[in-house]
Amino acid sequence: MEMLRDGDCLELRDLDPFLAELLRQIPASTKAEGVESAERRLFSEPAAASEKELCAEWKVYVQPELRRLFGNATGIVIADLEQLASNEKPFANCTLRIPTRNGEAWLNALNQARLAIAAKFDFTESELSDHYRSPLGSRRDLSLFQVNFYGFLQEWILREVDCV
Amino acid sequence: MTVQPRSGLAVALPNESASAKAKVRGSSVGHPVIEAETKAAEEVDLPWQVVVHNDPVNLMTYVTMVFQKVFGLPRAQAEIHMMEVHQKGRSILWTGVRERAELYVQQLHGYLLLATLERTV
Repeated sequence: MEMLRDGDCLELRDLDPFLAELLRQIPASTKAEGVESAERRLFSEPAAASEKELCAEWKVYVQPELRRLFGNATGIVIADLEQLASNEKPFANCTLRIPTRNGEAWLNALNQARLAIAAKFDFTESELSDHYRSPLGSRRDLSLFQVNFYGFLQEWILREVDCV
Repeated sequence: MTVQPRSGLAVALPNESASAKAKVRGSSVGHPVIEAETKAAEEVDLPWQVVVHNDPVNLMTYVTMVFQKVFGLPRAQAEIHMMEVHQKGRSILWTGVRERAELYVQQLHGYLLLATLERTV
């Protein structure tokens, strides 16, 4: 896989089918899917539990806005991922172009995915910093690899795109 | 004191006596009294803190970028706060009135950081 910036686009060239599939999994991975720990992490409390009124109002007024924001970011990523939808040559390497203007949406969607996966599998801090673990051992190992791969993409986008 | 603007609305200032207000109120149905809003409640409200908590998933570079973006901090200062979160588990990013603190926490949640509002004691 080659990662480069070409004008107003970030390009992931020579993507092998495995990494392309991990990219296709981003939108699905952002979903908490009824897993309470993931839901709690994506929509964390704004204050201590003793601030009951504030927390209750937050759920009513702020959380819907956050859901809309996260949904918009994921929608942009889904549209960019359409480039990988072609199944003419399913096992051929491919290229993904991400317009730099979509960089922030990608950062957000990748973060949603990483947090939701980490919450579902309850990864420990030491597991998350183990970047050399093989992804082939179990579903848990594959998910850890997914979290780290998405983090690697975030680092790259942050380096290439001025988001501030 | 009552100011009579050109539109015909009577504006009662905060230090106006009750009897004077009553006189204006009773003088005409078409002359509502608009009293200046007092800020007493806000003035006595204790400041709130915006606190960001450590989480092992968010990248350090990402957290730094969010602090720069949300609080307009220079990179060096944003990194100091990020390191405080990483090493001490939390960092106070801002202190002030509740409404603005809520807005900051909402923005931080939009970037998926673990952030809370806390009362200063």
